[in-house]
Amino acid sequence: MKFSHLNELAACCREDGKTIGQLMLAEQALESGQSEEQVFRQMADYFGVMKEAVRRGLDEPVPSRSGLTGGDAVRVKEYMERGDASLGKEACLAMAYALSVSEVNASMGRIVATPTAGSCGIIPGAFVSSQERFGWADDKLVMGLFAAGAIGYVIANNSFISGAEGGCQAEVGSAIGMAAGALTELRGGTPEQAVHAVGLALKNSLGLICDPVGGLVEIPCIVRNGFGAVTALAAADMALAGVRSVIPSDEVIQVMLEVGGAMPDKHRETGMGGLAQTPTGKRIVKDLYGKKKSAGGNEKGQEKEKGKGKGETEGEGGAS
Amino acid sequence: MRFKDVFSIIGPSMVGPSSSHTAGALRIGRTARRLFGTQPEAAEIVLYGSFAETYMGHGTDLALAAGLLDFETDDMRIRDALRLAELSGMNVTFGKGKGPFAHPNTVRLTLSGGGRQDAIVGASIGGGNIEMTDVNGFDVKFTVRTPTLFVFHGDRPGIVAEVTGLLGREGVNIGYMDVDRKSRRGDALTVIETDEAVSAALQDTIRGMKDVTRVGLVDLTAGGGA
Repeated sequence: MKFSHLNELAACCREDGKTIGQLMLAEQALESGQSEEQVFRQMADYFGVMKEAVRRGLDEPVPSRSGLTGGDAVRVKEYMERGDASLGKEACLAMAYALSVSEVNASMGRIVATPTAGSCGIIPGAFVSSQERFGWADDKLVMGLFAAGAIGYVIANNSFISGAEGGCQAEVGSAIGMAAGALTELRGGTPEQAVHAVGLALKNSLGLICDPVGGLVEIPCIVRNGFGAVTALAAADMALAGVRSVIPSDEVIQVMLEVGGAMPDKHRETGMGGLAQTPTGKRIVKDLYGKKKSAGGNEKGQEKEKGKGKGETEGEGGAS
Repeated sequence: MRFKDVFSIIGPSMVGPSSSHTAGALRIGRTARRLFGTQPEAAEIVLYGSFAETYMGHGTDLALAAGLLDFETDDMRIRDALRLAELSGMNVTFGKGKGPFAHPNTVRLTLSGGGRQDAIVGASIGGGNIEMTDVNGFDVKFTVRTPTLFVFHGDRPGIVAEVTGLLGREGVNIGYMDVDRKSRRGDALTVIETDEAVSAALQDTIRGMKDVTRVGLVDLTAGGGA
């Protein structure tokens, strides 16, 4: 790739007279040795998987594998349809779609990691709701995914995108930044504005810890995806309005690295701190792994128990 | 650069719930399976760090078993993988370990069968991407994003050049490589990540080279055969 920072990305776009999405498509073709058409087709396939996940979570809602979550996407969509959501219809729909994809993920359904599975609802939520609102063709959204990918590529290589390494700011935070920048471009913003949107968004999630109850990608991950889609819309709107990230976006990414590196283990996806260790969080884990031996996995944590005979513990939770 | 391209950020298409604990874990399991060359009779799996703490909830156990069964990351059979592994006669055991590993999502797999054994260590670094760090005690790093060739050989002057020279003549470009040896003039392993596929015939030619003891290929790219 000929860029490794967001300021270089914007500069390359300016030099080549390309959008971020177009630049990423060309660079990906170069990197992979495939044609732009082949590369585009793969991304278009991914967009198809995302749309299907949005639909599935709302049309065929299923509880998560643990049985702890599910049904919130439908709740929010039905509420939105009553027409009095504080957020307004469009943002509320983005939230419902993001929740939908995250719920599909928690039920071991098929999604696309954007950049991770824990944050897989944010980009589809922001993208698919915007597509319906503005009447965009699929191809336009696919180019938006290339833009989101370019932004994520910079974040991932300068900081991190996994909760285990950098906390939730690295997963949900990165996804919001990617969605915000891409949406800014899709709405007609310049690459510079898109880069500002990334910085604005990332600043809002700095310090967010990864504290999933029972280690599951459910509580609080699913609602954070819902919030994330709305925040992405907000950051894109700020950037399109001309708001700038005074601390340059590349410097904000360095702060994410600094903060994530300083985060204790218990706040980095181990389930040993934060919401996971609240009285309720601990009770949920006890109910899940204690009484119900088969829930969410198997009682085999101690020392090298035999894997044979584990078959009877399958089909747990809400898996169907 | 830890992340090489746009599809390491957008993608993979996968079955949830976690790209690092499910999709990445599957790819580590699959890498071990492909290196071993066939489905093992037994796989002993030791999990470290975040993997050890949360593997049940994330289905990491299912994903590792699915990888050993050679499934893709978006295969809907992943949720049944432990049962399917058992049905296919593969004995998979899990344990937790404490180790000085740099990455919180690290796993060690020891595969055995037919009198052979391979031990492999890797970490899932986010978004379904993996970083392997150890093969049978050789300290080698690789990511399996492109076809990855393993040449086990004796340590002698010129052997790496012979292998890479052959690849070059066959039009196979090297993106990354790593070499480690157990001792001076002892056993060595060269791992080569290539841009192009490495044909079975080419692998055979390398296998026939002087001092080469074993050749393996792990190709997890779309259409990369077992």
